[in-house]
Amino acid sequence: MAAVSVRDVSVAFEAVRVFDGLSLDIEQGEFVVLLGPSGCGKSTLLNAIAGLLDVASGQIFIGGRNVTWEEPKDRGIAMVFQSYALYPRMNVRENMSFGLKMAKTSRPEIEKRVHQAAGLLQITHLLDRRPDQLSGGQRQRVAIGRALVRDAAVFLFDEPLSNLDAKLRNELRVEIKRLHARLGKATMIYVTHDQIEAMTLADRIVVMKEQKIQQIGSPAEIYGRPSNLFVAEFIGSPQMNFIKGKLEANGAGLEFVSGKRRLPLSRYQFTDRPSSGQEIVLGVRPEHLETGEGGTWPGFQIDIVEPMGADTVIWCSDEKDTIQVRTSGNRKITPGERLALGIDPTQVSLFAAESGDRL
Amino acid sequence: MNGVEPRGPRPRRVTIARTGLYAFLVSAALFFLLPLWIMVVTSLKPMEEIRRVNIVALPATVTFEAWAKAWSSACTGLECNGISVGFWNSVRILVPSVILSIAVGAVNGYALSLWRVRGANLLFGILLLGAFIPYQVFLYPLVRIFSTAGVYNSLPCIVIVHVIFGLPTMTLLFRNYYAGIPIDLFKAARVDGGGFWTIFLRVMLPMSTPMLVVATILQVTGIWNDFIFGLTFAGRENLPMTVQLNNIVHSTQAELAYNVDMDATMLAALVPLVVYFVSGRWFIRGIAAGAVKG
Repeated sequence: MAAVSVRDVSVAFEAVRVFDGLSLDIEQGEFVVLLGPSGCGKSTLLNAIAGLLDVASGQIFIGGRNVTWEEPKDRGIAMVFQSYALYPRMNVRENMSFGLKMAKTSRPEIEKRVHQAAGLLQITHLLDRRPDQLSGGQRQRVAIGRALVRDAAVFLFDEPLSNLDAKLRNELRVEIKRLHARLGKATMIYVTHDQIEAMTLADRIVVMKEQKIQQIGSPAEIYGRPSNLFVAEFIGSPQMNFIKGKLEANGAGLEFVSGKRRLPLSRYQFTDRPSSGQEIVLGVRPEHLETGEGGTWPGFQIDIVEPMGADTVIWCSDEKDTIQVRTSGNRKITPGERLALGIDPTQVSLFAAESGDRL
Repeated sequence: MNGVEPRGPRPRRVTIARTGLYAFLVSAALFFLLPLWIMVVTSLKPMEEIRRVNIVALPATVTFEAWAKAWSSACTGLECNGISVGFWNSVRILVPSVILSIAVGAVNGYALSLWRVRGANLLFGILLLGAFIPYQVFLYPLVRIFSTAGVYNSLPCIVIVHVIFGLPTMTLLFRNYYAGIPIDLFKAARVDGGGFWTIFLRVMLPMSTPMLVVATILQVTGIWNDFIFGLTFAGRENLPMTVQLNNIVHSTQAELAYNVDMDATMLAALVPLVVYFVSGRWFIRGIAAGAVKG
């Protein structure tokens, strides 16, 4: 039985339909990240699951119960918001116990749960402070704590780290992951536009674009076998390289051809039946390009070198394409050098030029 | 160049434009202060001196006799109990009117901005439209309605009138204020299980101090200064201070007691003045304390 099940849900604002017939099943204990650029509908979907938005059609099940018409408080969820949304006139303790008070929980029980959550998040010393006396990171910890005390089956995170600076974001990201591991059976749905958060946190990532689900899969699947050009482009930094070309059949099988360059594809696993002569796009991640001896694609010149410490990104180009290559950080490279690139055909992704779908 | 190496703050020069600016500001301030000055000095003079001496001159003999008379024994028509009667009437009208109109306006604004009431924009538009129709248009119909309902010429009647006419402004004020509150806060409160009233009373109202102060300033001054509603709806027993002031000034026997009139006027103006001085500070404090930020 799925912990959260979204069945054929449509959401509409006034006359504008935001979603049409979206379905998604999330298992108990799973950490699912909804990932996509702003305006892709990921937050809308989360709000619909929370019950903060009415659905125009379809059903939402949480824990096997149909909650489509239920109020947010009756859905067994807890939610953390991007803007923290702490009640400004209450101190941390009051903020965390507000929901429990509303649920008429007994006082000792409230005290116990608040202390437990505060201990877990290391905010016990802040319990008597007011939100305006806290830093951004502390505020978000309190907001997470407020969600924790509710003892919910499903935790919803709406871009919780987007308002924090880079260092704090990394810290809290690890903390959230640790929290998920500790809580064991808690299901988490996490909305973000940050692919690093998605890759590092998720058991499964749901990539969305323009109100449609593009791909659902583990971080490795999403990264290694993106289902279309959008996903390939959106995930990964530095970005995947794209080279336009054609499929051609020769004696040994199919071959990718782009100008003078060729790449035999006999070892590539096609998901779709390709046809010879088809216009395609070859996608290859910067770390899957070889710059050593035996490169089969000569004629590139190094334009820019970006040292990043652990590794170095080389931007090289010929008259047709610009390509990013990721190499080890301790190599000496100077702009202007000539370069031949080697490609492993098992590591590339092929997309139909017209539809953008994976081949 | 003139040989001085620039260093530190730039020297300030008195320019003609600056001088002109200050001259204008000072004369404008004097223009607005002059009536107050005349009122204060006149109120402290005995009548004889008022008749003899220049009206802007300082009093030769200071007397508070006129103040006492204005407060407790000036005649309004046939009765001679001073303006104190009107003062207490005004207070009785003011307190419930201010509290009720702000309460209703705040709830209205909260419901309209956060709860997506069906047709909220239409309702709000109609409410605002009401604010643009001149009051005079409402007077006669309201008199008819109230007398049919049997509450005409009473304290509840005037309070209801003030609440009704305060509604558009109060609703607008609070609607805009609550619309500026991060919507996440409202969502969080809903997930936490707050209902319509709990969220309003426990979350929204405690955040509304700046708006409550602004609303209080507006309503206190507006209702205190009201003349026409008080005259029309309050009834003889409850006539507010403004109406009584008018009666005092116009029901003079023998000679015009300028000093008494001036005192009565100043006493009537006292409440709005105090409100500005006291709450003006709170108002700024409320904004500066960052109460608005989540």
